[in-house]
Amino acid sequence: MYKVVVPGDFISEEAERAGEGTYVEDGKVYAMSYGIVEEREEIKVVALSGKYMPAKGDVVIGRIAEISFPFWIVDIASPYEARLHVSEFAEGRDKIEFGSMSRYLDVDDFIVAKVMDVNVLMRIELALKEEFKMSGVGRLVEIPHTKVPRVIGRSGSMIKTLKEKCNCFIFIAKNGRIWIKGSEADMNLASEVILKIVNEAHTSGLTDRVTNFLDSFRRDKEKGEEK
Amino acid sequence: MKEGTERKLIIDGKRLDGRGFEELRPIKIEIGVLKRADGSCYLEVGDNKVIAAVYGPREMHPRHAQDAKMAVIKYRYNMAPFSVDDRKRPGPDRRSVEISKVSREAFDPVIMKEYYPKMAIEVYVEMLQSDAGTRTAGINAASVALADAGIPMTDLVSSIAVGKIDGEVVLDLTGVEDNNGEADMPIAMIARTNTITALQMDGHLTKEEFKRGLKLAMGACHQIYELQRAALIERYSKSEGREEKKRD
Repeated sequence: MYKVVVPGDFISEEAERAGEGTYVEDGKVYAMSYGIVEEREEIKVVALSGKYMPAKGDVVIGRIAEISFPFWIVDIASPYEARLHVSEFAEGRDKIEFGSMSRYLDVDDFIVAKVMDVNVLMRIELALKEEFKMSGVGRLVEIPHTKVPRVIGRSGSMIKTLKEKCNCFIFIAKNGRIWIKGSEADMNLASEVILKIVNEAHTSGLTDRVTNFLDSFRRDKEKGEEK
Repeated sequence: MKEGTERKLIIDGKRLDGRGFEELRPIKIEIGVLKRADGSCYLEVGDNKVIAAVYGPREMHPRHAQDAKMAVIKYRYNMAPFSVDDRKRPGPDRRSVEISKVSREAFDPVIMKEYYPKMAIEVYVEMLQSDAGTRTAGINAASVALADAGIPMTDLVSSIAVGKIDGEVVLDLTGVEDNNGEADMPIAMIARTNTITALQMDGHLTKEEFKRGLKLAMGACHQIYELQRAALIERYSKSEGREEKKRD
């Protein structure tokens, strides 16, 4: 059972276990945001809402927003924009000259990237992931980043179900952008189910319900084909 | 109000709307009423109807007003032209600019601004209908909307006014009481720590009356805090209930 807290709620006496989403005052742990308490080794409050804040190591889907030599400025669905340096492209290539950056990545291209560093001034450096360029294949679904863990499910159960039953390639980035690749009908189904998960994120037994929904959808479709 | 003029505000130990001296007007809180805002809250206190919207953290404009170390809070208190009996001329005026500033400062100690350098956290508070005590209603609504937007805060802020009518210190003045009373004192505070984050006074109170009023208001802020908290917690459990029903 989960416990919802609001800012200022007392959570625990164990100040040394205070984690993300909490603050310590007079040796006691209080909630810093409106969210759910998660007690493991650390006591955390997982926010129910709020903007995506990049952390080192996150894998995100970004949109090239601007080209400003020697950086690509990338929109990562956060209040802060990220930067990708040209040297990220240098491997096995000639040096990228001023003015030719758009030949490699142009404005509005989508990329898969890893957050290399976030400094105190919120300057965010990205590095490209192996299969980085989304090259206009598939579909992009954007959901609130707070719902990402729900779409993945406990130890990946939800995403596993989705991939199998929808017959799609699905990649979920930390910033709430989801890349789906598959046939048109499969992608329609997958995005519909993802929205369903987001809307019902706070209900129990969601994975089972999604499985049932997908199974019955398949059954209906097969019936339709028989006729 | 001078003695012997106009009307009495207290009859048989009750106020004109039938309340006791230490009684609040009924409060109703609804969360997440605006789809496109990051956080929102609709709040009613008696005949006051307020809607608060929070946007951000998002880029601060104008850029020269950015703070490299922390977020900037923007707070706009605005009265709709139709919110009062005589049409109010639209747009900011001396009064609303002052209220915006005071309300913004009421949130200064609770919002953890240093988490969002260079950004702006924007709070828009619109009075749809007003009957005295709109700034306190606005602060209560904004507080819930900020939590709904996921803004990190140390606490919620709760706010209420006390005043003096017919020589008595009473809680939560209505429009009639405010216009014909002797004093009005809105306060905002953090209920958990009893920290006052805003206090204004219009009119005259003796030292004893002030102390009594403050005590009254602080007690009322705890009540309001419980309502704000309950609304936030309930919203979450309710969404579960609704889904459960849909399934059957």
